[in-house]
Amino acid sequence: MDLKEKLVSSFLAFENDMDVESPVHDIRSEAMKNFELKGFPSKKEEAWKYTSLNSLQKIDFSIFPKEISALEYKNVKKYFIHEIDTYKIVFVDGIYSSYLSETTHDGVDICLMSSALTKPMYKQVIDVYFNKVASKDETLTTLNTAFSKEGAFIYIPKNKMPKKPVEIIHFSTGNEASLMLQPRSLIVAEENSELQVIERHQSLTSNEVFTNSVTEIFAAKSAIIDYYKVQNDAASASLVDNTYISQKDHSHVKVHTFSFGGKLTRNNLNFYQNGEHIDSTMKGVTILGDKQHVDHHTLVHHIEPNCESHQDYKGIYGENSTGVFNGKIIVDKIAQKTNAFQQNNNILVSDKATINTKPQLEIFADDVKCSHGCTIGQLDEDALFYLQSRGIPKKEARALLMYAFANNVLESVKIPELKTRINKLIANKLGVRLGFDL
Amino acid sequence: MLKINNLHARVEDKEILKGINLEINAGEVHAIMGPNGSGKSTLAAVIAGKEEFEVTEGSVELDGENLEDDAPEERAHKGIFLSFQYPVEIPGVSVTNFMKTAINESRKAKGLEDMPANQMLKLIREKAELLEIDRKFLSRSLNEGFSGGEKKRNEIFQMAMLEPKLAILDETDSGLDIDALRIVANGVNKLKSKDNAVLVITHYQRLLDYIVPDFVHVLHNGKIVKSGGKELALELEEKGYDWLKQETVA
Ligand SMILES: Nc1ncnc2c1ncn2[C@@H]1O[C@H](COP(=O)(O)OP(=O)(O)O)[C@@H](O)[C@H]1O
Ligand SMILES: [Mg+2]
Repeated sequence: MDLKEKLVSSFLAFENDMDVESPVHDIRSEAMKNFELKGFPSKKEEAWKYTSLNSLQKIDFSIFPKEISALEYKNVKKYFIHEIDTYKIVFVDGIYSSYLSETTHDGVDICLMSSALTKPMYKQVIDVYFNKVASKDETLTTLNTAFSKEGAFIYIPKNKMPKKPVEIIHFSTGNEASLMLQPRSLIVAEENSELQVIERHQSLTSNEVFTNSVTEIFAAKSAIIDYYKVQNDAASASLVDNTYISQKDHSHVKVHTFSFGGKLTRNNLNFYQNGEHIDSTMKGVTILGDKQHVDHHTLVHHIEPNCESHQDYKGIYGENSTGVFNGKIIVDKIAQKTNAFQQNNNILVSDKATINTKPQLEIFADDVKCSHGCTIGQLDEDALFYLQSRGIPKKEARALLMYAFANNVLESVKIPELKTRINKLIANKLGVRLGFDL
Repeated sequence: MLKINNLHARVEDKEILKGINLEINAGEVHAIMGPNGSGKSTLAAVIAGKEEFEVTEGSVELDGENLEDDAPEERAHKGIFLSFQYPVEIPGVSVTNFMKTAINESRKAKGLEDMPANQMLKLIREKAELLEIDRKFLSRSLNEGFSGGEKKRNEIFQMAMLEPKLAILDETDSGLDIDALRIVANGVNKLKSKDNAVLVITHYQRLLDYIVPDFVHVLHNGKIVKSGGKELALELEEKGYDWLKQETVA
């Protein structure tokens, strides 16, 4: 049985356990129909030309873990930004861990999708927002929708700001030989509210894990959301991250994606600007080695006038790694005075590494400022010599240059402890001790 | 201290240095002058170990040791410093962090611990003062957006931090106004001792009024065609280089 068939048959059992009266039931069934029809994306599709899910489909993934696993905090502490106090929504093999979590209902709701989908008090929010911005067409998104049951749920009412950042962490323990996870999260920031989220997927063993995640984010008028994706997973972990963001007037949403780990990572990051004076920012640092593969597919849809979008992705590719950056910008005819910037700069540090980078601009308005640029280069030999001539060994000099190259993307990270952590991850990934405190 | 024997170097198929002999002792200041393209920067880069240039014959020795197999950083650890004619811009690394890395890597190579942070700060402050460098300047990205003069002053600041045995100043005077020239020359002179040496590469006599050489050499077409005392610099200033070219042809 291949993975698609297994998912289709598992769905029946899954739905039997769920409340068929709920409106979400219909949404799931519709979504499953779409997935059944389309199946997994193939390399024949333009959007999946450089990323193949074929080998994953041959693995006999468990769709549901057979048992609940417990983790000791001390064993996983290092995956948290433990230097600061945070709210935590933690899952172990797809199941909520109340022991590792710290949720709240104090003025804001930082809790679970499973409660939001089932408890009457959240019905209104679910009716208004659930599956409203996620694609009903993209096959992996609909696969996730079909199995939507658990994930993070965050609701920030008007004028509120949680006391601390929220960490969403998905651990997998390796208790299953191979496990597929489909977390589904919903984040709503109402008018003039503010929120910071750090998301991480972490496999703790070398067993195969395949995560197909969907996150819907709604930023109401003047809301400010900073979202950080820390992708530093084990070498046997694959992730398809589908994130959909809908913004209203004057809202600011920034998504930082730090891709250092994992076997295969596909980021589908989609912004929809449903209002004016919106700012959408996407920043990425990708540092790969080995046979790692990361594919960033971004979309910004400028639907209304007077908005901005900024994309700045930096990539460093070593050994046999492969990278993809595909940045699509759509500017509708009425979206005049749009400012859309896109930048993708890459360094190949090995002859065998490859990067495919492509801007995709569909501009229908005439009064827009749109700039894009992509570069692929090697490290500057003159700069290397300059550093070496000051006594910095070649390896460290290379690392320092790569660090410098990636570093400016970090300027906009608002949580200092996270910035320090990312800096350390970068230094680790580059295999050096830098001679100064990061 | 430095002994260059019959040094030949080339890049790709082009021979640039064609048999250079030069000996510099501790406590001395040497100047190399010569027209554009004569190989001055190449000589400096070869001494500092730039791999782009292939040494085809001859040797460079420091304190009797052949540097042939030493990477640029190893030469730096042994006390060679090159002030670049064109310092490289490195966005994303501050002057301070760069200096910390350089100092601590040099210490590591000597088996020493990192320099304590407060001591490092004190040293940076002291040397910045010597070169009249503003503190704000130190947190800027290395050479990025610096004016020509700022870059050169920053090179000498680095020299002051690293206290090399042999400092090679490649056209450090170009891009400096007269005040900056004085500051830079003063910095170099303060660092000068009987145990170290300076090799000044310059086009003009101007800098040599401040950093007074013991010996002046004229490089032309990859060879030292004339050596003399400091009065040779004046002579070159007066006559230009054309007379030399004729002399060598004759
Ligand atoms: N990387 C290089 N590749 C090719 N030619 C070079 C390179 N570097 C220097 N040269 C050539 O070598 C000669 C000497 O250059 P250089 O050492 O910079 O002279 P100077 O510093 O005396 O002006 C010049 O003709 C220059 O064009
Ligand atoms: Mg030169």
